[in-house]
Amino acid sequence: MDPMEEIRQTFFQECEEQLGELETGLLNMQAGNQSADTVNAVFRAVHSIKGGAGIFGLDELVKFAHTFETTLDSVRCGRMVATSGVMLILLRAADVLADLVHAARENTTLKPEQTKSLIEEFTKLNIEPTETSSPLANVSVTQTSLLVPLHPHNWKITFCPHPELYVKANEPALLLRDLRRLGEVEVVLDTSRLPELHQMDPDGAYLSWTILLQSECDEASVRDVFEFVEGDCDLNIMAMIVEADNPEEPPEFFDGFEFFVSNNVELPPALAASEKPEIIVKIDNLTTKPDPTATATIRVDLERVDRMIDLVGELVINEAMLSQRVLEAGIVRASGVAVALEELEHLTREIQDSVMAIRAQPVRSVFQRMPRLVREVAAQTGKQVRLLTEGESTEVDKTVIERIADPLTHMIRNAIDHGLETPEVRQASGKPVEGTVRLAALHRSGRIVVEVADDGAGINRNRVKAKAIENHLINADATLSDEEIDNLIFMPGFSTASTVTDISGRGVGMDVVRRSVQALGGRITISSRPGLGSTFTLSLPLTLAVLDGMVVNAAAHTLIVPLGAILETLQPRAQDVHPLDRQMSVLSLRGGYVPMLDVALALGYRSEAIDPTKSVALLVECEGGSQSVLLFDTIQGQRQVVIKSLEANYRAVPGIAAATVMGDGRVALILDVDSIVSTSRLELPRVEMMCAADTLMEAS
Amino acid sequence: MSKTVLTVDDSRTMRDMLKHSLLKAGFRVLQAEDGLDGLEVLKTEQPDVIVTDLNMPRLDGFGFIEAIRSHVDHKSMPVLILTTEVDSEKKIRAKAAGATGWIVKPFDPVKLVDAIRRVAA
Repeated sequence: MDPMEEIRQTFFQECEEQLGELETGLLNMQAGNQSADTVNAVFRAVHSIKGGAGIFGLDELVKFAHTFETTLDSVRCGRMVATSGVMLILLRAADVLADLVHAARENTTLKPEQTKSLIEEFTKLNIEPTETSSPLANVSVTQTSLLVPLHPHNWKITFCPHPELYVKANEPALLLRDLRRLGEVEVVLDTSRLPELHQMDPDGAYLSWTILLQSECDEASVRDVFEFVEGDCDLNIMAMIVEADNPEEPPEFFDGFEFFVSNNVELPPALAASEKPEIIVKIDNLTTKPDPTATATIRVDLERVDRMIDLVGELVINEAMLSQRVLEAGIVRASGVAVALEELEHLTREIQDSVMAIRAQPVRSVFQRMPRLVREVAAQTGKQVRLLTEGESTEVDKTVIERIADPLTHMIRNAIDHGLETPEVRQASGKPVEGTVRLAALHRSGRIVVEVADDGAGINRNRVKAKAIENHLINADATLSDEEIDNLIFMPGFSTASTVTDISGRGVGMDVVRRSVQALGGRITISSRPGLGSTFTLSLPLTLAVLDGMVVNAAAHTLIVPLGAILETLQPRAQDVHPLDRQMSVLSLRGGYVPMLDVALALGYRSEAIDPTKSVALLVECEGGSQSVLLFDTIQGQRQVVIKSLEANYRAVPGIAAATVMGDGRVALILDVDSIVSTSRLELPRVEMMCAADTLMEAS
Repeated sequence: MSKTVLTVDDSRTMRDMLKHSLLKAGFRVLQAEDGLDGLEVLKTEQPDVIVTDLNMPRLDGFGFIEAIRSHVDHKSMPVLILTTEVDSEKKIRAKAAGATGWIVKPFDPVKLVDAIRRVAA
């Protein structure tokens, strides 16, 4: 790639990070944390974007960022108080800044009115920024006569460095060299102020120069050479209109020299020695107490990480195969080979965990996008909403993060649009006018759980039920538990035109959300309390590459049941089994009844249901919390398996989530518990199921 | 031998850009993300010139320069400030801290290289 294009990519990547920082910082400020650190971080984010944008000539972005920055600077310096009104403007400005960045990335521009109103508000906020053109303090530059001839051909420069000039690592010789580039120079060194050697201060400044420069350049060019040392020297630049062989020149030169000497009889002392220890202590403090939040990072191409994850996956499979071979060879467990192998297994697992951890990222990046969404939806619906986020640093696989953004967006839209009441209604029912949406992430038993909770009216069960009946999703006389009614909103075909609004509509129902969550191996449920609000709970695997599973046999096939779904293993007793029909039976369990399902039968591996008392039963939890018992022939054991997509190698099959390669090299299918339970009553395409396994077997 | 420049800037874009321009001009380039990081680099490296941003987390440009100037090995190391700040107060503060010179962002690579050559002994 063209290096400039690469830097451009970096810039936009960095912009995203800065925009995230900006949003977080502003929200902190809004929440009342207006510490210098927070305000500085916000300022720095805008400042960085502006700096980078300058490189690429993104003028519109630079201009807006500059205005934004000026306002932030006023807040930073305490010239302006960040009232809630100001904060709202700042937050909106952050949104516009994000839009500008995105527009720049796409090489498009925003409509002027999108930035105009904000720029106007900024201008209102800012007392017109006064041009700070105060002269540099401590400048001892003698302004030369205003009557400088237009084209002087000679300059007389007297230059007497102060010790500070040396302290700042400037080098007179380099300045003189620069002058020589402007024209012919004649340099006279004055060493008259050099003290005796024993009196000499190594940090002192004792030399001065007088330079006669023959050049057609203007004064500014001469002054430019001394730009960096202004204030750290006595500098006098004089234009001389000299006729050829001007006899007056030497005396004049000495005049200037005299002038300097008289002005610098007392040399300023070199860096006071007493100051040094203090500064050193300060540095020590800084180095020994680094910011605890700052950790060293490197950036790695995602492709490399994925390649490594893939290889480690293969390594895990190979290790499993080797174990199996060793076992088959009849080598005793206590032998050196078996012990070493155990060690290898342990190491492999650790490598796998470490590699997976590389892909894990905090959900912050997704959560950070939500405040803006909330603001927009709140504005569209005329509701007042406060967003609370928790557990932003919870880590999960990068792909999971990327793919939960859309469902999450939809859930939050839904929570505000359908969940929360209008301010009037809330007031009437004695609730705070401002509704709250809580977005939380946490780790729970090897999965990540994301909750979207609102304190709105909760689900109107009568209306949901009526609508489900109206849409022929359930029978009119169906008896449903509250939980079942709540979960009706995930049914395909539930969301209809009558409920579709601008915001939560867009033709996407909650069923689509559920499907996309399921595609990630996740589950979504809702719980609702009338008058108190609803909570959507998303449960997702931490990684999409490996799975902890129970290896079971169903007829002659090996299947994997995700461990996360299994509640317990059972051995059904005859007196607890109650047949319903030829294929279905229920198990009485701790006072309740749980439906039983012979998986081999459901998948078409056999035509007669297994006798439950002769089988192994797994009590599993399905979406919505309902329980089922799955029947298998035998259990082989627990194993971590590497997930190989079925869709990528074959195609999606109902009841099956994915496939894996077992230690003996054979393919095993990973069961999709929710889908097999919910479709068990339907006729499954049994032939296809067998084909899938056979095809994969051939492919491996 | 080519001169070594240490660039200190919290913006990756800016660091990459500086690196690109400076490598092209034949410099050897070292990078640091902020003042503290810069001091860390200085523990093992002796660059000929340092180019630093002012506004950085952890340790800003002012503190960084003060630290350099108080260190016996780096006392005479030229430090250029590369900043978008045009505020003359900041300039004075930077000078007081011991900066050798400054360049205003967005920088013109030619001018930057010129300025670096100007202060690199």
